[in-house]
Amino acid sequence: MKKNFFALLTLLLGVLGGAISAQVQLNGAGATFPAVIYSKWFDEYKTTTGVQINYQAIGSGGGIKQVIEGTVDFGASDGPMSDEQLKEAKDKRGTDILHIPTVMGGIVLSYNLSSVSTKLKLDGKAVADIFLGKITKWDDTQIKKLNPGVSLPNKAILVAHRSDGSGTTFIFTNYLSKVSSDWKDKVGNNTSVNWPVGLGGKGNDGVAGLIKQTEGSIGYVELAYAVKNNLTYALLKNKSGNFIDANFTTVTEAAAATVKNMPADLRAIITDADGKNAYPISGFTWLLIYKNMQDKDKATALVKFLHWAMGKGEVYAKDLYYAPLPKEVVKLCEKKIASITCNGNKISVK
Amino acid sequence: MEIKLVSNSKIENVTNTKAYKGLENRPGNKSLFEKIFGKSNIGDFIFEKLTLLFAVLVLLLVILMAYEMYTNSRLSIAKFGWNFLISSTWDPVTEVYGALPVIYGTVVSSLLALLIAVPLGLGVAIFLSEIAPGWLEKPLSFLTELLAGIPSIVYGLWGIFVLVPWLRDHIEPYLSDHFGNLPFFQGAPYGFGMLAAALILSIMVLPIISSISRDILRSVPFSLREAAYGIGSTKWEVIKLVLSNARSGLLGAIMLGLGRAIGETMAVTMVIGNRPIISKSLFAPSYTMASVLANEFTEATSDMYLSALIELALVLFIITIIINIFAQLLVWSMNRKWKKG
Repeated sequence: MKKNFFALLTLLLGVLGGAISAQVQLNGAGATFPAVIYSKWFDEYKTTTGVQINYQAIGSGGGIKQVIEGTVDFGASDGPMSDEQLKEAKDKRGTDILHIPTVMGGIVLSYNLSSVSTKLKLDGKAVADIFLGKITKWDDTQIKKLNPGVSLPNKAILVAHRSDGSGTTFIFTNYLSKVSSDWKDKVGNNTSVNWPVGLGGKGNDGVAGLIKQTEGSIGYVELAYAVKNNLTYALLKNKSGNFIDANFTTVTEAAAATVKNMPADLRAIITDADGKNAYPISGFTWLLIYKNMQDKDKATALVKFLHWAMGKGEVYAKDLYYAPLPKEVVKLCEKKIASITCNGNKISVK
Repeated sequence: MEIKLVSNSKIENVTNTKAYKGLENRPGNKSLFEKIFGKSNIGDFIFEKLTLLFAVLVLLLVILMAYEMYTNSRLSIAKFGWNFLISSTWDPVTEVYGALPVIYGTVVSSLLALLIAVPLGLGVAIFLSEIAPGWLEKPLSFLTELLAGIPSIVYGLWGIFVLVPWLRDHIEPYLSDHFGNLPFFQGAPYGFGMLAAALILSIMVLPIISSISRDILRSVPFSLREAAYGIGSTKWEVIKLVLSNARSGLLGAIMLGLGRAIGETMAVTMVIGNRPIISKSLFAPSYTMASVLANEFTEATSDMYLSALIELALVLFIITIIINIFAQLLVWSMNRKWKKG
């Protein structure tokens, strides 16, 4: 009996051990915004290749921190790492960090005005002035001028913003800093800022809750969230002077328009982009990858996965309400991925 | 086994259990263990040291937490000094951090919550332990305890979808119409704000205060009540006597409630408006320390930002300790007065 038990135990351990050693596991952490598509990717990738990738959606800040500390195999962030952070990572980890864009998102201005049935039109200056507290009523001349023929109520505007630090806030305040020097001087651009006016809600759902609950309110939420929850949102005037409805095509357009000015490290902020149909508050989300890795199995698995994500992976984007990367950007990403090394050697993925 | 109450706090075992007898039967015949440690029973010895170890572990944990928070917030302590506590700007862009509005928000929302919850909670406890007939007491006790088990996110959602619209459409307009000349009820009624937060908190701490207070009132010996009735006291006089006997325990219950209110994060952040300003008006939005931590910690990338957030946690920790010390002093002074008078 005892003998049998031990035989069984050995067999079991053997099987488990074999399973563990045969399979590479990758661990990543970071941004919450792309968490839905990432878990879809990792799930699909596991069923086709057997490679297990774990992802903790702890927020972009946490993702960057863990990449610098080397506690993960890759990170993810909605805002690019700063030069100091890249330098710190290089000092601590001895390798550069690559930014690989994966999908894109847009940020829309959602509002609650029951008396207005058409989509409102706004421009960057009006949005900045609303969020600065300079425009306090809906029938302000600035808004009226943008919306001829629409009868706007004489109602106080309640601004709703994110109270939690977020990549969404980073992109939104980046846009406002570009279109309004006043905003740039008084508030600035970060994952959370010192808001001049308004109420804060936690997460997209918190902001949406504030908007739904309060007549006369306006706030910014992710396009994906707004589409899923049927929120009303404004058309926004872009750099070319057109009023653009946010959707996956116009967001992708914003990236396509920036390709020729794309920085070599792909840390591109694409708010207020050129392009006739570019939606002005768009942004990438990135995977943060060590340019030179030590573990050959892990490096190979990660590079194979990245190639897969850029090809087959992008197909899942639209179904999950993300804007896919334009082809030109995918090409740039592929180049970056090909430059990843393991102990200085090129990685063969054949 | 028979247990007799000998003094206030010590319970002595007076029956002759086998072990006790065995020890008595061998006076002067000390075992090796006894010679070394001076204790007669190895079980007692282990138990005593084990409990001591647990007690020290708790202390150690608290000290370690304080130490960790201190070392991780040194950057911000060095840069802002006392300004951190008295400045009102919280700006992650320019990296200027002042915590006064959130300290104010935390303390005021918690105290307001207690202002509502303490009379209610004590009332419930007195009713349950002193007045309610048995058939009513059991289900009522069960229901108050059930309230304590509701997750805070549920309170928060209820706050957004029920409490806030109700405050905005009915209560706040009424208050500003009738008491609008008071500074507490001025400004636009959005529903979200200090009033909503205080109400949510009071509902959340109510079951804690009432269920612990009820247990404490019950633990007051029945002989006391019987004696009081015996010399002709009225029901109200008996209740007063029971309350004054249970005062330190009741204060403890209130402190636990306050602790919950100060540390509550999710429900508060959903209804308070998350705006670091100091306003007399209860309609105005506010912000609490726990909410700031929950909101901003995950995306805090720069060292100074993180350090400021950890210093905020340290301040929260110190405020909790100060409040507890204050409560302890209150109990002592009350006890002294009681003994004198």
